[in-house]
Amino acid sequence: MNYFMQLFILIPLLGFVLSLLIKEKREQFLSYTATATVGIQLFTAIVYIALWAFHGFGSYNIKDLSIYQNEEYQFFIDFYFDKTTAVYLLVGAFLSFMVVIYSRYYLHREPGYKRFFNTILFFFLGYNLTIFAGNFETLFIGWEILGISSFLLIAFYRERFLPVKNAMKVFSIYRIGDIGLLLAMWMSHHLWHENITFQKLHDAHLVHEHLMEHSLIGVFISLMILVSASAKSAQLPFSFWLPRAMEGPTPSSAIFYGSLSVHVGAFLLMRTHPFWENQLLVKIIIVFFGLMTMVVTTAIARVQSSVKSQIAYSSISQIGIIFIEIALGFENLALVHIAGNAFLRTYQLLVSPSIVSYLIREQFYNYSPHLKSIEYKFPQKIQHGLYILSIKEWNLDSFMYEALWNPIKKFARSVRFLNAKNILWFFIPTYILSAYLLYHKDLLPKQAFAYLPIFYAFIGLLMVLKSFSERRDILFTWILIIMSHFWIAIAIGFNANFDLKEVYIYLSGILFFGGLGFWVLKLMQRKEEIKDLTIFHGHVYEHPRVAQLFFLCCLGLTGFPISPTFVGEDLLFSHIEAHQVLLVFIVSFTFIIDGLSIIRIYARIFMGTHVKKYHEIAFKSS
Amino acid sequence: MYNEHDIIHHLKHFLPAQAPLKDFIHHNTLHAFQDKSFHFALKDAKESLGYKTYLSLNEYRKRFRQGQISEQIIDKIIAKKYSDKNISYWKSKMFSSAVNEGVDPRLGIIRTKWTTEYNLEIDDFVHPLLFRILCSYLDQGISIWDFPTEKRSFIENIKHLESNTFASFFKTKEAKNKLFEEGNSIEKMLQIIVGDEAYFEPYLIDQQFAHQGWSGMVSAIEDNPSTLLVAKKISLKDIIFFELLLEYDTIIDRLGKDWKPIALSLEDSEKEAINSKTSYELSELDEILILFQESFEWSYYDTVLNALSYQFIKENNDEKSFQALFCIDDRECSIRRWIENTDSSCETYGTPGFFGVEFYFKPQGGKFLTKVCPAPITPKHVIQEIGVRKKQEKDIHFSKHSHSFIFGWFITQSIGFWSAFKLFINIFKPQMNPATASSLKHMDKLSKLTIENKNESKIENGLQIGFTIDEMTLRTENVLRSIGLTSNFAPIVYVIGHGASSNNNPHYAAYDCGACSGRAGSVNARALSFMANHPKVRQRLAEKGIKISENTQFLGAIRDTTRDEIVFFDENLLSIENKIRHVENCKKFKTALDLNAKERSRRFESIKTQKNAAKIHEKIMIRSVSLFEPRPELNHATNALCIVGRRDLSKKVFLDRRAFLNSYDYIQDPEGKYLLGILNAAAPVCGGINLEYYFSRVDNQKLGAGSKLPHNVMGLIGVANGIDGDLRPGLPSQMIEVHDPVRLLMIVEHFPEIVLKTIQSNPATYEWFENEWIHLIVFHPEEKQFYRFEKGEFISYQPLPFEIKSIENVESIIESQTENIPVFQLN
Repeated sequence: MNYFMQLFILIPLLGFVLSLLIKEKREQFLSYTATATVGIQLFTAIVYIALWAFHGFGSYNIKDLSIYQNEEYQFFIDFYFDKTTAVYLLVGAFLSFMVVIYSRYYLHREPGYKRFFNTILFFFLGYNLTIFAGNFETLFIGWEILGISSFLLIAFYRERFLPVKNAMKVFSIYRIGDIGLLLAMWMSHHLWHENITFQKLHDAHLVHEHLMEHSLIGVFISLMILVSASAKSAQLPFSFWLPRAMEGPTPSSAIFYGSLSVHVGAFLLMRTHPFWENQLLVKIIIVFFGLMTMVVTTAIARVQSSVKSQIAYSSISQIGIIFIEIALGFENLALVHIAGNAFLRTYQLLVSPSIVSYLIREQFYNYSPHLKSIEYKFPQKIQHGLYILSIKEWNLDSFMYEALWNPIKKFARSVRFLNAKNILWFFIPTYILSAYLLYHKDLLPKQAFAYLPIFYAFIGLLMVLKSFSERRDILFTWILIIMSHFWIAIAIGFNANFDLKEVYIYLSGILFFGGLGFWVLKLMQRKEEIKDLTIFHGHVYEHPRVAQLFFLCCLGLTGFPISPTFVGEDLLFSHIEAHQVLLVFIVSFTFIIDGLSIIRIYARIFMGTHVKKYHEIAFKSS
Repeated sequence: MYNEHDIIHHLKHFLPAQAPLKDFIHHNTLHAFQDKSFHFALKDAKESLGYKTYLSLNEYRKRFRQGQISEQIIDKIIAKKYSDKNISYWKSKMFSSAVNEGVDPRLGIIRTKWTTEYNLEIDDFVHPLLFRILCSYLDQGISIWDFPTEKRSFIENIKHLESNTFASFFKTKEAKNKLFEEGNSIEKMLQIIVGDEAYFEPYLIDQQFAHQGWSGMVSAIEDNPSTLLVAKKISLKDIIFFELLLEYDTIIDRLGKDWKPIALSLEDSEKEAINSKTSYELSELDEILILFQESFEWSYYDTVLNALSYQFIKENNDEKSFQALFCIDDRECSIRRWIENTDSSCETYGTPGFFGVEFYFKPQGGKFLTKVCPAPITPKHVIQEIGVRKKQEKDIHFSKHSHSFIFGWFITQSIGFWSAFKLFINIFKPQMNPATASSLKHMDKLSKLTIENKNESKIENGLQIGFTIDEMTLRTENVLRSIGLTSNFAPIVYVIGHGASSNNNPHYAAYDCGACSGRAGSVNARALSFMANHPKVRQRLAEKGIKISENTQFLGAIRDTTRDEIVFFDENLLSIENKIRHVENCKKFKTALDLNAKERSRRFESIKTQKNAAKIHEKIMIRSVSLFEPRPELNHATNALCIVGRRDLSKKVFLDRRAFLNSYDYIQDPEGKYLLGILNAAAPVCGGINLEYYFSRVDNQKLGAGSKLPHNVMGLIGVANGIDGDLRPGLPSQMIEVHDPVRLLMIVEHFPEIVLKTIQSNPATYEWFENEWIHLIVFHPEEKQFYRFEKGEFISYQPLPFEIKSIENVESIIESQTENIPVFQLN
């Protein structure tokens, strides 16, 4: 059984790479490649699952490949297979297969045909990595791929304003989910003192033993997992992103936001279920949020007058129930529910354009003006209030805006004093001095070590906040991001024995992609007039290649698994102690903003309405 | 100086006039500019509203390289417009000048001041909420919990909602108070927000055109409330007032007290730009674009005119095997050719697809009336469908229960797996389903219709049920005379309306017959046949000189343009001899339909045109019901001509489905009486279709609906991108991508002086020709010469002598070409 397991990663990976090499114009070849990839995966899955059933429905684990290792820490790729994986594998492969065939005709002649299939296969790779992951690290790789491919699919119509805006919105929510997962990983290193595999979580005795001593840590890890799962599955308070993700071609919305992507959060909960099943508090919180989601999103779904948002909200409400089912331990029921919900919503979204001819005809023959919904029985004040509230999506969107982005913006405004000059004259000498001190720690008093990491991390955060709020100077924005990583590195250097090799791993990716990105930005500035970051420029219209290259730089700089920084970030976290809440908060917050700032630069320069208006350009509102 | 009534009237005139999806009817997208001459109107639309109104220079140049624009024509047009000497000067401009084609319209100047002055993206805050409220208010049945309305106006409903609630649409108290403030008005709100009366109008234009889709929809519903099945009271005035309140709310919420009315921040240069008018002086770019566009048009027209001039009309009194009346629709152009090709002794005719019978149709069990005649006509009759028991098929996937958490819980666990199966079936074996829009669902084949009025006093909803003998006679006579079919009737005269089938297609109404207000023409076809078969009608017709032999029978039918199927009605009424003939004819129809399917398939990538016609036809049928096929057919794409004349004029010319064909015999109408009726219908119908395609093609983003792939259905009345987008009127890119944007060339066979007199007698029709929105050419039947209508008179026109090749076999041509096929002479 074990030998096969990697196939499920290899097939999508091969298909994805192959699809990248095919020329844009060869529609048929592209769609055949995608169909074949997903088809082979489906076929292999059926055979594999049959064999697995024959062998008695067991759970299998393989440790695949160790990427980095030191005395107390090991970063390795691990795969795991059990019935949850089996269900997700089958549902995912089946639906992807259907949608790939569907899209082959549906997307005919659409500009971006290749991009679409590339992204679908990339998503498919991320999905399979996630469901086969045997530890948090592996899962995180898949998780990141899902995030990026979602961004690309939502912004598929990148020449229009709304898809780009919404893609960024969704990306920012995903980023919160990512950090939740990162923090869960961080804390579980400290709990287990190893890179724990999901298989080991099934060892009830082991889990119990560790949690007895560190019950608070257990709650923290579980809650971070819940944040991450809720963000990915659009549970409260993140629900508003799901309908806004419906910007791409209908089949991609159907498969990702109708079915696969939104159920990945539930997958994470199921995967980690053995870890938190005996923590009553956690279970109560999950059930509570599940119930809230179910009630609130049903109310929102009931007032939706657009077909896709209606389906999105009713899907979220079912996932709320699924969360409850998982928390209560009805694992099998949850799996059936997940499969059913995925199939139903995919199909409903695919046939959503039909709703006009269907409902108009139904209405034509059956309309009755006196039919009122149940809410009309409520007292008027409650009825009106609930109606207005539901139309406004219970202010979830504006809540996020007010609660999260406004403070960031306000805070960022307070660092206005930072500019290119004082960075050069003050921060660089300070940095050199700090680096010198790092190698001569004995020069510093002992007490300083308690505060220095926080101090340096805070400078890192300042840099990235400044970068996020900077509108005028693009190169400066980019450099600030690179610099913030350097400050973080030094902060951790003062915190623990972050040895040179690890620093090198962490910063090599930053330097390489940061430097390349800098060069690309310079190149673009030479070629085009780029005003500032207040408007979208849409330069991908004329410079698709440059845009691709820069996108790679952005990925590398955010610590996407193409860059050693990915491992570096994980390493870095392992050097933060369990009690250093403030430090971990600053560092993770820096990473959130860092990702947003980077994607903002990419979006503003390359996406959105093209600044040159010589061709057809959509209205901003369309 | 501020006159609210005028401003609103003005706005309504310029906003998109597209009705809700179910009533989609083609019209000139720039109808508001139609009182100006074509090229100036396009320039004006570009400079005021920022529309792109021509192809781009690159596209024209590419077409020149591909031979679609003839160099001789360019020379001829430059020579005529300027002089012989300027030819090389202008040509070098056309081919090599690098002009900036960017547009900086007057639209939006004042509104962007919020961004530049206050860093406030006001639209980002106002639009999502406004669209959501409007869509919920107008929703025709998507939401489960609908907007708590009573029979009040929109703004009264909002007040009612806001007066008794614990939540509010507004974030600030100030804005909410403004809603209830006694005597508050648009003017007062403008005073607060804009400040300077001189800029109220530009501000409102900016505001409303920032979401022209929704504003246009509101305006269309205000003008024609019956277009909604679920009645809603709304007016443009209401939503302007409400939007101003939302803006005020946003401004207060974001800026507090730190702002002043926006017009006060306008700089002088901006004021000047806002107040400027489109000048009649053409820029170099304008002139180049006009030269290219006209050359593009006449490069095609001249080949057509050449081909027509070769034709000769022969008197033919031979016995006809059958005659068939079709709609003038360009999609019937090829099927008529194939039918004539299959049976050389038959005759086909074209007339607008409502067949001269205008009425409302009420299907059995229907709660509403459906108009089945051209949009401008208001019928006084109703025809009811009786005698069938219909049961509507249901599909659980559209059930609202799936959206509640309790039923949803059951449904996902059970029906969810059924969905997987349905999905599988739909992908590997597409078939009709309850949601398919099909031409046959319009009327039941076995139903009876109340065509004849038995009792004149029987009135329903103010409409007379059925037509009296006199009314029937009048309509039958008009149709027959207008197409020149007054003698020599064949044993069977088919009256064939048309409709279309498609799946997963919100624009389904645009696929049906435009002359039947976006419905299938089956009832009309049946109605005309009934009238012409009626003995008393025959008797009166005979008195008027139209003698129809007793053996002749009219038979109604419907042709599905997507599936290439014909379904006949009332076949049991045929006499025994005619039944035998009909069976024979059906075989011919089948052959012709197969071949027509083959001809259409050359545009479809998924079908190999080289295959056997019957096999291709099967594939076309599957395609028509595929969920994943955004192009079940290509509708009116490539339409370019309208020929009003005898069939012999165009019978032997291969026109590649690009012509509307209206049968007309000038000999039987020396005064032009019937011609007037034809042109009154053909100009707005064909011109409307042609120009909607033109503008959706040249600016698919602003004047068309963009790609249909991401569309989301809003309230069953329109489509938008995503959930926050504005409605997208116009045609989606999948419908227009193969269209060549040329204006309609109308060719009328008659004497120029009669045609001139005729078009002058109706100012509305005359405007189309006078302002050059349609080119008009008259074919002088005796001189065999062309006359072009220019600046109010007919001037002799000599097309460049292009050689027209003749072909033996159409099949070989359609098998080898996927692009537009040039004009050929058929042997």
